[in-house]
Amino acid sequence: MSGLKGQALPKPPPIQRFFGSVPVSVAIYLGVIALIIYGSFQGAQNMGYNWQWYRIPQYLYTFTDDGFQWGEMAIGLVATLKLSITAFALATALGLLIALLRLSGLVIGSAVAVGFLELIRNIPLLVLLYLFYYVLGPIFKFDRYTASILTLAVFHAALISEILRAGINAVAKGQWEAAQSIGMTTGQIYRYIILPQSVRFMLPPMTGEVVHLIKSSAIVSVIAVAELTTIGRNIISDTYMSFEVWFTVAAVYMAVTLILSVGVTYLERRYTVDH
Amino acid sequence: MNQPEPMIQATNLDKFYGAFHALKDIDLTVSQGEKMVICGPSGSGKSTLIRCFNGLEFHNSGSLRVDGIDVSENSKEIRVLRQEVGMVFQQFNLFPHLTVLENLTIGPMKVRKLSQTQAEETARNYLDRVHIPEQADKYPAQLSGGQQQRVAIARSLCMETRIMLFDEPTSALDPEMINEVLDVMEELAETGMTMVVVTHEMGFARKVADTMVFMESGRIVEISPPEQFFTNPSSERCRLFLDQILEH
Repeated sequence: MSGLKGQALPKPPPIQRFFGSVPVSVAIYLGVIALIIYGSFQGAQNMGYNWQWYRIPQYLYTFTDDGFQWGEMAIGLVATLKLSITAFALATALGLLIALLRLSGLVIGSAVAVGFLELIRNIPLLVLLYLFYYVLGPIFKFDRYTASILTLAVFHAALISEILRAGINAVAKGQWEAAQSIGMTTGQIYRYIILPQSVRFMLPPMTGEVVHLIKSSAIVSVIAVAELTTIGRNIISDTYMSFEVWFTVAAVYMAVTLILSVGVTYLERRYTVDH
Repeated sequence: MNQPEPMIQATNLDKFYGAFHALKDIDLTVSQGEKMVICGPSGSGKSTLIRCFNGLEFHNSGSLRVDGIDVSENSKEIRVLRQEVGMVFQQFNLFPHLTVLENLTIGPMKVRKLSQTQAEETARNYLDRVHIPEQADKYPAQLSGGQQQRVAIARSLCMETRIMLFDEPTSALDPEMINEVLDVMEELAETGMTMVVVTHEMGFARKVADTMVFMESGRIVEISPPEQFFTNPSSERCRLFLDQILEH
């Protein structure tokens, strides 16, 4: 085979070249999208669906005599974000605790951590929510909002603990030894040496986790916590505009999570360790 | 004058990794100010031995006293010991997210609780001593290997250690950088620091060592002053090893 060295690779067959070229790919892609949109509209038309997009903006914002005002969906989005941020903060704290327990090397520590992990990972989120709201709520006297936050926090803590553990393990072992040999305590080593370096390993999967959390926060609409999805449902039951409202709700979730992903890409550059 | 206690005293030291017998019946004494060079083929237990000296590894039986502290896994004093015993690694192990100056001050500030001004003064002083005062504000990745290793030496010295351990400090370096590190180590030796060095740099060993140790398969095979070690080693195995590494 050494005779082939330095030669151009053989060209792929013409049909493959045709479908592989950029303009053709884009055309096919646009064609498929157009087909889907056309199909849905046609379907909606056949159902006799009455599109009323003009009624949607008022649920996002309004201009009245009093000036600019946020609409119901915007308020719902704020509630979703509040819920998600609180749950994420709790989940990260709990996740770090679980990860450190697992890494502690203590038999009890890792038993507790693994037990928690397996328990949470093997219960559906919806069932977990019911457990917190219908079972633990009455016992410990907390309301539906607290139940939602706790459900999301506990569920995501399990996932986050694995991300943190992987990030911590990804820092070279020599860093531990160097920090130990200048006499640092385990706590100091984590705080000043290991965690700052694991941030860059954790950022990409953590972003995914935040996105995941914001999306799964929609599930609390089943216990009627007032957030974006619940408000969407309420608007539909008032107006019967289910197509427009669900499209809009989906677009709002998408906008938020996309903005988040882009923002974190910038953060990642900041946390590159090798300057 | 009464005899001062040795800085390091190992008696009948044994160490296992599972079934693997890494250190076998090690007896060793390092007195204050002594320079000891340990050599031997890879896998002979040299690194394991000096890693025991500051509690990065723990022996399984026998006794080990370092700077008046009994080294054992459950000892409460192990952190006190590590503050007195500096370690320089083959791979430098500088903290990549901190500047050179921060690498040097973090130990004194967090462990010894010095103020930032005090710590920085000490740090700059030691950077001078390893001949790179101008690199204080760079990150480790911006330095050459030789410079990084000198920063690592300074980082240990900033803890005002009483014993310095070197675990193959020049093995990961390009040849032209080895001397700058060895020079710094020689200067350090002249200050009277107690040093235990695992290395195959025999030129350095001849100049600096008070005692030469040759290890093989977890045992100390030869322990003698350098004059005898290099000219007339008592064991055949040691002679062969020296022939091999001195051949070039």
